[in-house]
Amino acid sequence: MNVAATPGQGKRMLTSPARVGVYAFLISAAAFFILPLYIMLVTSVKPMEEIQLGNIFALPVSFTIEPWRAAWGSACTGITCEGIRGGFVNSLAITIPSTILAILFGALNGYALSFWRPRGANLLFAILMAGAFIPVQVMIFPLVRILAMLGLFSSLPGIILVHLIFSMPVMTLLFRNYYTSMPQELFKAARIDGGSFLRIFFQLILPMSVPIVIVATIMQVTGVWNDYILGLIFAGRDNLPMTVQLNNVINTTTGVRLYNVNMAATILTSLVPLTIYFISGRWFIRGITAGAIKG
Amino acid sequence: MANVSIRNLNVHLDGNEIIKNLDLDVLDGEFLVLLGPSGCGKSTLLHSIAGLNEVTEGRIEIGGADMTWVDPSQRNIGMVFQSYALYPTMTVERNMSFSLRIKGLPTAEIERRVQRAAEMLQLEPLLKRKPSQLSGGQRQRVAIGRALVREACVFLFDEPLSNLDAKLRNELRRELKMLHKQLGSTMIYVTHDQVEAMTLASRIVVMRNGLIQQIGAPGEVYEKPENLFVAGFLGAPNMNFIRGSLAFTADKLTFVATPLNLDISGYAFRQPPKESQATTLGIRPENIHITPSGRLQGSVSLVEPMGIHQVVWINCCGNMISSIVHETVEYRADQPIRFDIDTSKVSLFDQLEQRL
Repeated sequence: MNVAATPGQGKRMLTSPARVGVYAFLISAAAFFILPLYIMLVTSVKPMEEIQLGNIFALPVSFTIEPWRAAWGSACTGITCEGIRGGFVNSLAITIPSTILAILFGALNGYALSFWRPRGANLLFAILMAGAFIPVQVMIFPLVRILAMLGLFSSLPGIILVHLIFSMPVMTLLFRNYYTSMPQELFKAARIDGGSFLRIFFQLILPMSVPIVIVATIMQVTGVWNDYILGLIFAGRDNLPMTVQLNNVINTTTGVRLYNVNMAATILTSLVPLTIYFISGRWFIRGITAGAIKG
Repeated sequence: MANVSIRNLNVHLDGNEIIKNLDLDVLDGEFLVLLGPSGCGKSTLLHSIAGLNEVTEGRIEIGGADMTWVDPSQRNIGMVFQSYALYPTMTVERNMSFSLRIKGLPTAEIERRVQRAAEMLQLEPLLKRKPSQLSGGQRQRVAIGRALVREACVFLFDEPLSNLDAKLRNELRRELKMLHKQLGSTMIYVTHDQVEAMTLASRIVVMRNGLIQQIGAPGEVYEKPENLFVAGFLGAPNMNFIRGSLAFTADKLTFVATPLNLDISGYAFRQPPKESQATTLGIRPENIHITPSGRLQGSVSLVEPMGIHQVVWINCCGNMISSIVHETVEYRADQPIRFDIDTSKVSLFDQLEQRL
């Protein structure tokens, strides 16, 4: 009757010095990223009087969501005072087509490069990859001229096209690597079964690409949503994305700098990528390893 | 039903010459096996017939029509791959009907064909499953079914059983043979497994380095190999090879590898043999008989029991000679024994490794 006396070999030592070290490191690394978020959240729900006391770590004494309302609907962005609401809609209008089209074309590129292997495929791919290493700034002026010639400058289709162009190298690489790790025989079987270029792509390859499509979605949504410079230059006055509006909110001061409104606007702006990360973090890691390592 | 005729075929892949000037005729309704070690070009040849490789030079005809540059789907072929290559996102039923749906056949016809193939391969209970829910053997049967529903003239098999375990392989091998009997269509089958080749083929094509070494019925290739490579590739354990030379004595022709001295007067030479010509003699283990009255002498060096028989390795005159013994006699290492070589079953090869 000595059940309790069995030695607890399976139990891990939680207090060994190495463990303590590991936890200390992990906690401080997490704090490094969480602390700014904490300060932003806390500041955004404090009235200005409390903020002016200077205790940025302190919890709010009198809680208010007024700054959030202001940031969303009435903060001034230059001469108009409508908050960043309009920017949110604009950002959606830019991000959704830019993401869907970029994934579609990136997947098609990767599919063609890794399965159909046309003559000169490697050269084409190398050129595309070289594109990924040229800084965006170099291409801005020529692109402005080109879009102006096409009559697309300062328009929604214009900014979508620009995002599409700049995302092609990475999207292609992502899908090409994912597809190279797929068995060629699958494609050959589909060829014998009579599948055409698009048929094989839509009925066979694309349904098998869910993990990498999720990765591409995350990358593209965050990339496009967080973009500032392209939106500022190519979108035009009526289509300015949320990031540009945010900048305007923060730079427009009439008297006092409204830190709480600024913080609320910033959090609102970063909410979309943040949500996407939280929902799909698990998928993201899985897809990255599936696509990148085997390539 | 169709024959396949290949003329002067050259295939280069990534700058390497894989198949060189190959001519091959596959008869209507034949089960032709392409056999060879990995890298011999047998798979490349099959893929060229399927149209999955670009041909550098030459002509491929299927059923009398030139198919050299025709799209794979238009060649009237069905193909089964080593990795099964099932479409993972589709059910068994949709895997099998994929080609028919693309062709736009009426639903009733698609259903009829899928049902028929499923019946033949005992796949009916699995039709609604995804490939990931099937075992290896079931997957390969689905892959075969997918080829069957196309009701093609020629079926191509690319090492279809290599990924299965030994027991399943034997089972599916028999099923394939029954299937061929039932359908009577032309089948071309690539393998590196000599047992599959021997059991399935109406004719075997032995390949090496992109060249055909020998074409013949399984028995013919086994009994009368064209060259040393074919002789060594087929048979387990290997054919025994003894180096020596020919000698004419009075009315007899003998093979001499001192102290061995074999009367081979009965050998059907293709060209007249020459005195003291350097020769390699090949003899299969089952044609070496251990018997107390044997003319040759050696000692046992190793015994491998196989259950159905045992392989006795005899140390004789500096050669290790294997012999298959069906009797349940127990042999000890270093035991001196006497044996005979059945000279009516020997193969002789010249210095260029070609059959004499």
